[in-house]
Amino acid sequence: MKLTIEVWRQDNTATAGRFETYTVTGAYEEMSLLELIDYLNDQLVSEGREPIAYESDCREGICGTCGITVNDQPHGPVPNTPSCRQHLRSFKDGDNLRLEPFRSEAFPVVRDLVVDRTALDDVIRAGGFVSVDAGTAADADSMQIGHGRAEQALDFSACIGCGACIAACPNGSANLYAGSILQSLSVLPQGQAERSSRARNLLAEADTHFGPCSVYGECAVTCPAGIPLSAIAAVNRERARSAFRKGKDD
Amino acid sequence: MVNVNISYADPVDGKVPDGPPSTAWARRRDEYKLVSPLNRRKFKVIVVGTGLAGASCAAALGELGYQVSAYTIHDAARRAHSVAAQGGINAARARKVDNDSIHRFVKDTVKGGDFRGREADVFRLAEESVSVIDHMNAIGAPFAREYGGQLTTRSFGGVQVSRTYYTRGQTGQQLQVSASRSLQRQVAAGTVTLHTHEEMLDLIIKDGRARGIVTRNLKTGEVRAETAHAVVLATGGYGNVFHRSTLAKNSNVTAAWRAVRRGAYFASPSYIQFHPTALPISHKWQSKTTLMSESLRNDGRIWVPKQAGDDRPANAIPEDERDYYLERKYPAFANLTPRDIASRAAREQIESGHGVGPLKNSVYLDFRDAKQRLGVKVLDERYGNLFEMYRDATGEDPHEVPMRIAPGAHFAMGGLWTDYDQMSNIPGLFVGGEAGWGYHGANRLGANSLLSACVDGWFTLPYSVPNYLAQHLGETVLEPTDPAVQGVLKDVSERVTRLMNIGGKTPADRIHAELGEILYEGCGVSRTEAKLTAAIEKIRALREVFYTDLFIPGNPQSFNQELERAGRLEDYLQMAELMCIDALDRKESAGAHFREEYQTEEGEAARNDEDWCFVSVWEEGADGAHIRHAEPLDFKDITLETRNYK
Repeated sequence: MKLTIEVWRQDNTATAGRFETYTVTGAYEEMSLLELIDYLNDQLVSEGREPIAYESDCREGICGTCGITVNDQPHGPVPNTPSCRQHLRSFKDGDNLRLEPFRSEAFPVVRDLVVDRTALDDVIRAGGFVSVDAGTAADADSMQIGHGRAEQALDFSACIGCGACIAACPNGSANLYAGSILQSLSVLPQGQAERSSRARNLLAEADTHFGPCSVYGECAVTCPAGIPLSAIAAVNRERARSAFRKGKDD
Repeated sequence: MVNVNISYADPVDGKVPDGPPSTAWARRRDEYKLVSPLNRRKFKVIVVGTGLAGASCAAALGELGYQVSAYTIHDAARRAHSVAAQGGINAARARKVDNDSIHRFVKDTVKGGDFRGREADVFRLAEESVSVIDHMNAIGAPFAREYGGQLTTRSFGGVQVSRTYYTRGQTGQQLQVSASRSLQRQVAAGTVTLHTHEEMLDLIIKDGRARGIVTRNLKTGEVRAETAHAVVLATGGYGNVFHRSTLAKNSNVTAAWRAVRRGAYFASPSYIQFHPTALPISHKWQSKTTLMSESLRNDGRIWVPKQAGDDRPANAIPEDERDYYLERKYPAFANLTPRDIASRAAREQIESGHGVGPLKNSVYLDFRDAKQRLGVKVLDERYGNLFEMYRDATGEDPHEVPMRIAPGAHFAMGGLWTDYDQMSNIPGLFVGGEAGWGYHGANRLGANSLLSACVDGWFTLPYSVPNYLAQHLGETVLEPTDPAVQGVLKDVSERVTRLMNIGGKTPADRIHAELGEILYEGCGVSRTEAKLTAAIEKIRALREVFYTDLFIPGNPQSFNQELERAGRLEDYLQMAELMCIDALDRKESAGAHFREEYQTEEGEAARNDEDWCFVSVWEEGADGAHIRHAEPLDFKDITLETRNYK
């Protein structure tokens, strides 16, 4: 395959970026999107040029490290699929690919296609955990959790923390991300003791970084972990619930 | 003849408590010295790596009240490679009436490892496994549950009971996310300082003790030192030395290897597991051998066409022309034989012309019967995300056609040598998780990796590190101006400059790809003296290429991924030689280390307990000398026997 690739090049957060265009020949449809960039980078480096900076790690869709916007779609053309699992079989010979970093005010560009997603961890740190110290837990079998309930928790806790939902949202909202954390813990008994304080603190932090939700639904179409759109409803529900339970942790 | 430069030195003492191994851990904990709650904040501990072992160790020490500095090369703690473990986590809870027990867990693990691990460590692993499940459940990991609400389990290779706890095919991710959230909770509480995008490039030693680390900030290139009372390395395994492996692209041996260069010992470097259910290589630019969980072997059946070279599509091959070779050769364990045996059997089939797929380099893993027996819904509940992953990677749907799988480099059973307290030979340097060794011998059982990371991080290091700290109450950390600190800072900066200045033409990844080919050929699933000797020569020649022809564009004071790759590759090029030396030196077959010269008449690994019932513990000499120490292995409760899975 011959492909024309426009790539966002930016030296660091402080400098302005620009698109550069490369022509790649000899690509083939078994290649993943990231393997295409590896292939291009190999050529660039052997010509003495700087490679395109981008991040990836597991390349199995579970670590959430990679994330490239392809022709305006975060992660790429196949819905609910991370960049590492997008393959060139979605494209045809002669196609034009425009590669950009995830675009969001909350994610400053570090270099080329790499963004700083610290804001996602700030949200976790504000309350996205269960406060139990090592060694103090009760027997896990003493806590009965029905099969369906455990599966439901897992549907929401499957979030890989890539940030694509935010990049996909016209408002830059993180409600799918925040909602997945709140919902996965609110359906489990482990999440009850801190349910209100968690919602209050976590959402207050999220509000400082991210935009409001207008239910466009782009997030759920993009999400590589398939987090259901109902996660965004959990944000409103948990926010209201915690307001009614003012001063209470649970 | 290549000069292998091996010399032999004194044995090392694993400091295993005397007496029965089954009660060793309780006795050792009683001996440990304590640090009182008010004194804990006076101690600083550096934890490198935020995978399951590192994140949990840092969180647990923070919960206890110590000052912790945690480091990760990733942009977030949660991304460490523990996240990719799929199938589950073992625990000897023995709740079912399938006759599981602590003793049976230990026997399975010791035997699975072909009697080359430390028995007492495995007892600790089994004992603490119960607490691990309780704790991970309590901090929010949504383990799969039965309809009645109890935890459910499944089976893994090398085991005849059901003791693997799981969350669909994403157990590692759920545990890792929970542990990293506990870490974040301690960051919020002010006990842990988290450094993201920072790579440990060296270890600071003074008066023979580990006193800190030197790191490079991957975003800015800044080289910096931090000093502490103790250092914990939980930096994962080195499977990526094979270039294409099941590991994440950034997993590397650098932190561990830099410790070796400062005098730390390395145990059993050649014990590397080849995972039998990895995706085969199908094209030149394929960057890795994606892992398909071993749990698939619960319901999938492995087969090849009986007739070599049979080109028909899988579904066109009638039942009586299929060879379910694991079921045929190992009827008792069948598709659930341990990984080393399954990988070797697959390699035999592929090499004898029975391989399938366009490159004839894989075998089938077939869900046709499971689909009929269980239905699509149950199958998807168990393996849905794995099926999807396979479909993305290959364009084929495993509901309709069998998966194609092949052995791929996976888990490192070897690692930095530590004693029973998980302290290396350098006092103050502790090791946890895959970076260490000990539990898994020469072959790890599936679902024991998440367990060992959790046990080390939550329930071993938080006891043993304070025991060391208690002996140093009142001591301050080294000043930044200390010559020991300044010396290492200088070494690291000089190394970065040296790499940048090689000024050749070849990108690091190309050299790495060559190293991978050398190792798969010479130090892979099956090894011989000739192949290993040739590999050592080729590695040395490739090192010359690296030092004369490497090219790193850009500058070191910026986000420079080529520099990161080059530094890690330099360390791989050194440790790869030690891997081959270890495999060459060990004149027996054990677990994943299969030397063709040492096999039974039936083609199984022939262990030699008379001469080789010890762990090879390597020290790297200054002039390229490899010095072998040995830690004798003593099995008290589990009788040494020949493995038999038939």
